[in-house]
Amino acid sequence: MNAPPPFNFAGRMLLVTVATVSFLALLLLLVPALAQDEGEALSKGIGPIESVELGPIDETLVAAGKETFELLCTACHKFEERYVGPPLHRVTERRSPEWIMNMILNPTQMAMEDPIAFDLLAEYMTPMADQSVTEEQARAILEYFRSIDAELPDETP
Amino acid sequence: MSKASWLRLIVAALVITLGVVVVQAQRTQVRVADDAAEHTHVAPGEHDDFYAFLSGGYSGQISVVGLPSGRTLRTIPVFSQWAENGYGYTEETKPLLMTSQGFLAWDDSHHSQLSQTDGVTDGRWVFINGNNTPRIARIDLSTFETKEIIEIPNTGGNHASPFTTENSEYLVSATRFSIPYPQQDIPIADYEGNFKGMISFIAVEPDTGEMSVDFQLLMPGFDYDVSHCGRGPSHGWCFFSSYNTEEAHTLLEVNASQRDKDFVAAVNWQRANECLADGAGESVAARYAHNMIDESSGIASHEMLEEVTLLTPEACSGVVYFLPTPKSPHGVDVDPSGEYIVPGGKLSATIAVHSFSRMLEAIENGAVSGDAYGVPILEFESVLAGEVERACLGPLHNEFDTKGNVYTSCFLTSEIIKWKLGTWEIVDRIPTFYSIGHLLVPGGDSAQPWDTYVVALNKITKDRYLPTGPELAHSAQLIDISGDRMQMLLDFPTQGEPHYGQALPAELVSENSLRIFPLAENTHPFAAKTEDETRVERDGSDVHVYMTAIRSHFAPDVIEGVKLGDTVYFHVTNLEQDWDIPHGFATYGMEGANALIMPGQTLTVKWTPQDVGVFPFYCTDFCSALHQEMQGYIRVSPADSDLALSWSVGE
Repeated sequence: MNAPPPFNFAGRMLLVTVATVSFLALLLLLVPALAQDEGEALSKGIGPIESVELGPIDETLVAAGKETFELLCTACHKFEERYVGPPLHRVTERRSPEWIMNMILNPTQMAMEDPIAFDLLAEYMTPMADQSVTEEQARAILEYFRSIDAELPDETP
Repeated sequence: MSKASWLRLIVAALVITLGVVVVQAQRTQVRVADDAAEHTHVAPGEHDDFYAFLSGGYSGQISVVGLPSGRTLRTIPVFSQWAENGYGYTEETKPLLMTSQGFLAWDDSHHSQLSQTDGVTDGRWVFINGNNTPRIARIDLSTFETKEIIEIPNTGGNHASPFTTENSEYLVSATRFSIPYPQQDIPIADYEGNFKGMISFIAVEPDTGEMSVDFQLLMPGFDYDVSHCGRGPSHGWCFFSSYNTEEAHTLLEVNASQRDKDFVAAVNWQRANECLADGAGESVAARYAHNMIDESSGIASHEMLEEVTLLTPEACSGVVYFLPTPKSPHGVDVDPSGEYIVPGGKLSATIAVHSFSRMLEAIENGAVSGDAYGVPILEFESVLAGEVERACLGPLHNEFDTKGNVYTSCFLTSEIIKWKLGTWEIVDRIPTFYSIGHLLVPGGDSAQPWDTYVVALNKITKDRYLPTGPELAHSAQLIDISGDRMQMLLDFPTQGEPHYGQALPAELVSENSLRIFPLAENTHPFAAKTEDETRVERDGSDVHVYMTAIRSHFAPDVIEGVKLGDTVYFHVTNLEQDWDIPHGFATYGMEGANALIMPGQTLTVKWTPQDVGVFPFYCTDFCSALHQEMQGYIRVSPADSDLALSWSVGE
């Protein structure tokens, strides 16, 4: 009843086309990654934050961010030196604003799926704690980091 | 071997075979649904449909079980210390277990009771009684923690408790073992007339759940056993079974089983409120504890109260009537409509059901057959709704569905019978293993049952599981009631004695379940909410360590300057704000139990060092890859040492 179908030229052509398109799509996907390697764009990480608009440093936001940071983060992070987690000086230069906020808001998935966060877990061994921070609080913490980094002298290579 | 020996061997083999066949026949007479596994299988990662809150009986606790899987999800410590998480050992929770008799490490918990709104379980609180040293506890279902315990004065054995009115206006309590009132030094043989029962109404504050003893009703010295309150038309009344109307004080199994009928006491609490408003109550001296956890600090307070309002039947006519009930009734249950009052006539094979509307008519018509210590006894026939003839032996308790069916547990014949209100006909029966006590249908003692399962809560286990020596876990059995006939689905072991239980749809509780205690809202006076706030302070010979815990270190983790003779209080705050990341704390030689500290919470472990030296402390709950590194040292110097206090982390 179900005899094997005869050789299907159209079907074979479809397969070849799909393979070609897939290859091209893959190339396209690789382009941003290649660009990032050249230092042109930092990873945004994985999480709820897709883009952050940065303006001049907002001192009200800085004060709110400092308060939350001191309550929820200082048990593991210092600015100048490695503690339980990495030192935070110049973090706004190393990472994109989106990556920083996603790491604060979504540390568990980041550690599993984001290559940078995974490497950090491998180095520090203690997972970044999910401190149930709101998006608003995370944005304020980011502003606090920006204000700290703005005060640092320029690094000469 | 001789011919006779062969014959003996063959006969013996036949007897053994026959015996095995008989045993197997007994075991297979239960209807087990063909697709039982499908009904009870909850796939990995999936959730149960119902929470069941089973009393732990003599464990003093509540266990939370998922239905239909029968999996134990959690133990909620209530009346007994619980070394697993430090309940009743930490400084914060010890005051919860204070009573007029001092600190008590144990009680006997019997009836879990879910709070209700409009007669329907609402998922806010579960209450449970302590039977031995009479108390009622309130468990908050957002945290699954015991938040409050109130002692019930003038009461011996708080068994008929804490059954609820339809909006949880009141929980009830009653004396199972009548005692002299007021307590006094008299011969036990002078029981008759001198011992009294007490029925108490515990008011529940509608927003906070806070409990208070609103009033007590002084009753004749019978044994008040179980209760349920009315709903719908019978809202405003509560019903209490009683036995030992013989007023025996010894060998009750014989002497309290003499009469053909005892009573169900029908108490009109709305009438009581009228009498109290008219000044019929009397304020009398009493000593009882009221203990409650403060929400933001997590610290329990303990206060002793000194008086209670007493009402007597003489001072308030119409407040209580006795309904004659065969024979030594145990349970008394009210159907979802509120019309039928169904006792479990423990020593009677017939179930006599009372009608609430006929009771009101009998009161109006004066259909009274006598009185007991001034309490009117209504004529049996005048309040009778109908009788279930030859029901079973040892009927104890009833639960209901929405179709007018009653499920009655029968202790002596180890079965559940299903029968119909109104026609009084038995429509089904199913054996249970063994010696069933209470039974539960989700919502089955409320205005809205869920017609899904009945759970048999059995007293005896015997051969149901692999043997574990002389002591066995109690057995519960899940039975499908969705069809015409009951179908056995599952056996599952329980913790302690599953004395009673209540269940409700999972979403009524799960959606309000708290994940963390917000650190910013922690008002514990010894909390260190950041590492900057950690410190060690001396107050005479008391040393207070303000400590924090986060993956994977304590701060401070090096402490020096403690001396022999000091008492050290480790106040540990868990700085985590992530769900299910507790830290535990224990130190060498501590006399209590470890403290399991939830995210954002502060708990205090008291330690009295016995020797000079350096002693480790560590995290007891595997919290991270570096959990093994989560440790610290405390140095204890001789009593006359002048070493100053010092503390640090990472230096």
